[in-house]
Amino acid sequence: MSLLQINELVASHGLLTAVRGVSFNVEEGEILALVGANGAGKTTLFRTIAGIHKADSGRVMFQGKDVTGVEACRRVAGGIALVAEGRRLFPDMTVEENLKLGASSGRKGTWDIARVLEAFPQLKKVFKSRASHLSGGEQQATAIGRALMSNPTLLLLDEVSLGLSPLAVDGVYASLQHLIDAHTTIVLVEQDLNRTLAVAHRIICMLEGEIVADGKAADMSREQVMEHYFGTHRSTHGEAVA
Amino acid sequence: MSWINILIPGILLGGYYALLASGLSFLFGVMRIINLAHGSLAVLAAYAIWIMADRHEINPFIGVLILLPFMAMLGWALHRLIFERSLKGGALIPILSTFGLAMLIDNLLFQNFGADTRSLAPYVDSLAYDSWELPGNVYVGQLSVIVFVTALLVLGGLHLLLAHTHLGRRIRAAAQDSDAAQLVGIDARRTYAIASAIALMLVALAGLSLALRTTFDPYAGPLQLIFAFEAVVIGGAGSLWGTLLGGVILGVAQSVGAHVHPQGFLIAGHLVFLIILIARLYVLDRLAVGLRRLRGGSQ
Amino acid sequence: MSMNNTVAVQRWTRLSIASISLVVLFQLVLAFAPLFLSANAVDRLTTLFIYGILALMWNALAGYGGLVSIGHQAFFGLGAYGAIRLADAGMSVYPALFVAAALVAALSLPISVVMLRLRESEFAVGMWVLAALAHLLVNLDPLIQGETGTSLIALNAYAPDVRRAYTYWTALFAMVGLAWWVFWLLRGRLGTAAQSIRDNEEAAASVGVRVLSAKRTLFVLSALGCAVAGALWVATTISFQPKTYFSVQWSAFMLFMVLVGGIGTFEGPIIGAVLFFAVETAFGATGVWYMIGLGGTALVFALLIPKGIWGTIESRFGIRLLPVGYFLKSDRST
Repeated sequence: MSLLQINELVASHGLLTAVRGVSFNVEEGEILALVGANGAGKTTLFRTIAGIHKADSGRVMFQGKDVTGVEACRRVAGGIALVAEGRRLFPDMTVEENLKLGASSGRKGTWDIARVLEAFPQLKKVFKSRASHLSGGEQQATAIGRALMSNPTLLLLDEVSLGLSPLAVDGVYASLQHLIDAHTTIVLVEQDLNRTLAVAHRIICMLEGEIVADGKAADMSREQVMEHYFGTHRSTHGEAVA
Repeated sequence: MSWINILIPGILLGGYYALLASGLSFLFGVMRIINLAHGSLAVLAAYAIWIMADRHEINPFIGVLILLPFMAMLGWALHRLIFERSLKGGALIPILSTFGLAMLIDNLLFQNFGADTRSLAPYVDSLAYDSWELPGNVYVGQLSVIVFVTALLVLGGLHLLLAHTHLGRRIRAAAQDSDAAQLVGIDARRTYAIASAIALMLVALAGLSLALRTTFDPYAGPLQLIFAFEAVVIGGAGSLWGTLLGGVILGVAQSVGAHVHPQGFLIAGHLVFLIILIARLYVLDRLAVGLRRLRGGSQ
Repeated sequence: MSMNNTVAVQRWTRLSIASISLVVLFQLVLAFAPLFLSANAVDRLTTLFIYGILALMWNALAGYGGLVSIGHQAFFGLGAYGAIRLADAGMSVYPALFVAAALVAALSLPISVVMLRLRESEFAVGMWVLAALAHLLVNLDPLIQGETGTSLIALNAYAPDVRRAYTYWTALFAMVGLAWWVFWLLRGRLGTAAQSIRDNEEAAASVGVRVLSAKRTLFVLSALGCAVAGALWVATTISFQPKTYFSVQWSAFMLFMVLVGGIGTFEGPIIGAVLFFAVETAFGATGVWYMIGLGGTALVFALLIPKGIWGTIESRFGIRLLPVGYFLKSDRST
């Protein structure tokens, strides 16, 4: 049985349908990357899996249970954690408070503050600082650490390198290696294709709310992914230049 | 007649306003709702305590303790039935629904209790009239001091709750970003319901103070809402200690106003509210922007 | 939106042309009503028109400007007070009603500068404070004698029948004039701004829709309308007691009419006013139960039927009698 099963999922913002009948499975221990241009529906898909966006139709199954109608906070307790786009830290609170809140669901596991600080050593010196005073890299580390505090079985990472300096991105990815080593299942959205291809086992390409390609990372070249990214393999307008 | 004798009662009256406004300010801080039924709910609490005192000879200070859990339940119910639904409907619906609720409460109270004015003062011996003499021929009402100290304790307690407890962190998290709160596993709905329950317990204390200090009738709610609102806005919406400052400024203004003109009590309060509002909009905001530029930071 | 749809923007539909013609015809019939209706019926219709004005004005502000006010009794009371002051100074009564309203509208302009900086519920209660202040200040005028109040004695110059007919026509004229004014405004640039305010105010401001100027226009218009209504009310009841005129009940009535009829629709407030009038006629004598019913109904509509009666009909059946918005008429050509 797959860890996560997405079945014909449809989600929209008002009149705009962002996710149009998407189906895929995620296996335990897998690292899956979602690739696609802005507006392809990746973020909405993540928010729907996490439960803060309501699905119009279709199903989200987690560990064999239908969680489509379950509230987001209960999904966290069940083991799904989302590091949302824009990090969504509590700006007036310290790193410590943000991390402590991450454990609100009471889900048991091996992650605690000490281990998060071990995985993200850059947080030690800003532990008592307010989140709004941190650098982008430190904020991102706090956001991932906060998600880990809920001891997730499935971690969804939405654009964790957005707005970070290359050095900070290196730091974040170095820390992610801890999770990869621990066989945490990860689904990530990442604009940096080189990094995506390096870290992911499998790649799903989305275009205008639909899945247009799904395959092993090892079998896909950068050029193939780019074609799907811009939809150039099936339409004639659109520019395939990054 | 010295200014001290105008100033001190004004400051102490401010304590009442701060207590009255604490529930309104707290709920606004957490959910961004201004509960227009706030004053009417305080009057409802006053009637509940009055019934216990009048029909069952329960001391009002015991009565309010009995009432607290019921007000908490009422707060929970109000959240589930009205606030939660209103918040989903957009910015206008909470105003419309809580105003409808206020109308409903005021008129139901009138239906049940008629137009007679009531007070809890007769049920606490002479506490409402006793005063302490300070050096320099200054008298302070004992009840006013008790209410002021209660306000300090309530605001201090709220501050401790929010800053240092797990529940407080959850409430702050849900207030700052309810989606993000949900994503870390906080049940935002439940947290809001708890916040509403706390707000309504504060309303019970406000109702007791109102009824001890003065007389009330079924239509006393709206004016109390206006006072609470003025205190909240003067002090800076959503800030607890600001609410105390706002209450004191309002109380002092009314006290001075009453001294200047027989009808000056209310007029001075409203005028100070409007002046501070205008000042904040045109002077203080610009000052804040200027200061930020001087510091050169964007945060 | 797909490319293979042809979309036509439509304003006039056959239904809306028919209903506009009917409205005009009905207004003409109403103009002759004092000639064939009983004195009591004429009085009641005058009351209905005043409710209509209040509902139209409150809806213009809340439904199109996105601003819920709990303090428009300030303008209602000031309109009445202004009429009494002007009549006392020797102005002829009926012109005084309109001059008073115009003065109140002029006063509302500087008020709008401050109040429109407030957001949502702050605006709502801020207006309420303003109304409370206006009430207290009017009480200070020796002519008003505090809460005792005074009367519009100048009306005694007219015979009762003449007075009744004049007041009726004035009320009808004011209501029809204000309604057409709102109609005309909504079909212009202000209508576009209002639509954007409803959809997403911040987005509207960012694409250059002049949100603030639209709100100011609606605020001053609503002040003018409520002041006319207040002045007309004193012309029908003759007596002026500040407590009655500056009562928050007026806001409750306006809120009830607009919310039940359909906030943000043109037809809604008119339906709401007629409904409120009928409810008041039937249950007004029950006193407090009537008020309990109004409060309860407002609460239920706010929570369960926020679009009101007309808004629900409109969205369910896609019809619009008076053409204030635009329709997208689309034909799928594939």
